[in-house]
Amino acid sequence: MTDMTPRLPVVPTGTLNLELLDVRDGAFGVRGSGDTSGFGGLVDPRVMPGASQAPFGGWFDEVAEEIELSLADQGLPFASATEKVVVDRGEITFFVRREHLVAFARVLRDEPGLRFEMCSGVSGVHYPSDAGRELHAVYHFLSITHNRRIRVEVTASDADPHIPSIVAVYPTCDWHERETWDFFGIVFDGHPALTRIAMPDDWPGHPQRKDYPLGGIPVEYKGATIPPPDQRRSYN
Amino acid sequence: MSTDHVTYGSAGPTSTSSATDDPFAPGYETTEGRIFTVSGGDWDTITAAPDGEKERIVVNMGPQHPSTHGVLRLILELDGETVTEARCGIGYLHTGIEKNMEFRSWVQGVTFVTRMDYLAPLFNEAAYCLAVEKLLGITDDIPERASTIRVMMMELNRVSSHLVALATGGMELGALSAMIYGFRDRELILDIFEMVTGLRMNNAYIRPGGVAQDLPDGAEEKIRDTVKLLRKRLKDTTNLLVDNSIWMGRTVGIGYLDLTGCMALGITGPVLRSTGLPHDLRKSQPYCGYENYDFEVVTETTCDVYGRFLIRVKEMEQSLRIVEQALDRLKPGPVMVADKKIAWPSKLSVGSDGQGNSAEHIKEIMSESMEALIHHFKLVTEGFKVEPGQAYVAIESPRGELGCHVVSSGGTRPYRVHFRDPSFTNLQAVAAMGEGGQVADIIGAVASIDPVMGGVDR
Repeated sequence: MTDMTPRLPVVPTGTLNLELLDVRDGAFGVRGSGDTSGFGGLVDPRVMPGASQAPFGGWFDEVAEEIELSLADQGLPFASATEKVVVDRGEITFFVRREHLVAFARVLRDEPGLRFEMCSGVSGVHYPSDAGRELHAVYHFLSITHNRRIRVEVTASDADPHIPSIVAVYPTCDWHERETWDFFGIVFDGHPALTRIAMPDDWPGHPQRKDYPLGGIPVEYKGATIPPPDQRRSYN
Repeated sequence: MSTDHVTYGSAGPTSTSSATDDPFAPGYETTEGRIFTVSGGDWDTITAAPDGEKERIVVNMGPQHPSTHGVLRLILELDGETVTEARCGIGYLHTGIEKNMEFRSWVQGVTFVTRMDYLAPLFNEAAYCLAVEKLLGITDDIPERASTIRVMMMELNRVSSHLVALATGGMELGALSAMIYGFRDRELILDIFEMVTGLRMNNAYIRPGGVAQDLPDGAEEKIRDTVKLLRKRLKDTTNLLVDNSIWMGRTVGIGYLDLTGCMALGITGPVLRSTGLPHDLRKSQPYCGYENYDFEVVTETTCDVYGRFLIRVKEMEQSLRIVEQALDRLKPGPVMVADKKIAWPSKLSVGSDGQGNSAEHIKEIMSESMEALIHHFKLVTEGFKVEPGQAYVAIESPRGELGCHVVSSGGTRPYRVHFRDPSFTNLQAVAAMGEGGQVADIIGAVASIDPVMGGVDR
């Protein structure tokens, strides 16, 4: 049967710019003994689209160049402000280092060649397997002037879940940052009043994190219980 | 923060007194000072606050209040009838839709999202399905008939949503006839929804890859007739309010928010267009083939409640135009992608024993093709897999930019779904619109934002 040591995933050669997200093994929740199907030995690497290299194509290069020049004006090299740029499915994502997020957002808003007037808010994503950068805050910006949309992603670790607030630059992020704090526990430093927004004020935990304990449903039939959704057998 | 005169109560005539034995306002001591619970009385009985102290009256309006447009709690700090500070309390309708979706297949997600902004269910479904289709890379494979039906249903939905906005907005400001007519006309559209999707609300009609089923026989004629009837009736409804001096007295110059304020606060939809900026995602970033339709983006330059009301009225006319064009564009064809690994295998039909899978499909899977049965079973129970990655799709809902951010980790279920609901973002403008005005004007401001709390709290 399957040994319990984690296996190295088989990533095809030539796809080096992929980013390993997770490795899932088995099928339909079958692990260890009891599996006679053989599917328990399946190893399934999950990889997110990795970094792209310039040229990115279309107007992406214009935006990237404009950002680079504007950041350089402030004495901030593009390479130290951003981790990487990902182009996938016709969308461009800038992974920005959290300490430079506010400067980055200010450039997006103020630079005439960029003019991202509108921030569509923050959304959190929790990647427990992404060690050291488990919490991602994802921002979407819209430039009405140039009719462009970009994504900015900022990461923080579970141990130090701090990301600077951009409410001073984009006031619309006020409630969005509160929501992301409420559901993911990301602390937005500098937010004027970072309180829970959807859950009750005294709620313990942050419900949309992947490690948030889910409840099972006790069934009144011979003491049976239904396990929480994340512990049920499921296709993976 | 601590004062001697903190008063909590409901909207309406309230009074407080520093006298300890006021029969209408029994007081008790707390660490914050003396608290009075007000149960009745008259303003005249209010005694002046002691010298050097500011009287602070905080009124909780809602969450159960007929004029707050849903379970919205407005926390108003008042100076007489003037609102000095306005804050919103939300979350009363939070149902964890985004989290729940992580434990259901991609197709089942539609059933959840349709329940968010319950006045615009088809927009929620469209945003989600367009995002999933973008992740799957099948955006260009959606059959034209499916896209046309989507556009037609969304525009009908825009009319019904705007009708409710006028109806409830009118009711909240005292125009009860507008409410009666608005809901009457909305019923016509809900009848169409029931005919096409089987349900009046929470339709779950738009699915990843297309729509759940084709239009039933007679639907096109019914929609054409309804559009004609609506044209006539919309005039009646709007004639009640357009240029009505009482209505204008309550709305003109109220809830002012200019372009700068809208940009800073991320406001979209009719509120943004009331500042004169013709920003409409249907024009600027067309989806579902909106570039093929002839319609105008309605704007006003008044930045007030009346302007937003006029925009909704005119947008309904534009939507009816689009519905008629969509009807003309409808060509026979499939309504689901050809890829059998994504397309839902069966079609619903109504038989003698009620609604269920169509007889031909049952015949095929039960007596003709074992593979078809296996395929059906796998697709319905397990669902399709989506390659890892993320996508953001925004559409123009009746309330503004409805964005859907979807992350896939390569499984049969979403890794994360987040909705940027326009009601949620636009509600932030309540303070900017209402502070410094009268309590009664807050109602008008909230009504002009037209928040739907199901979408705000999700």
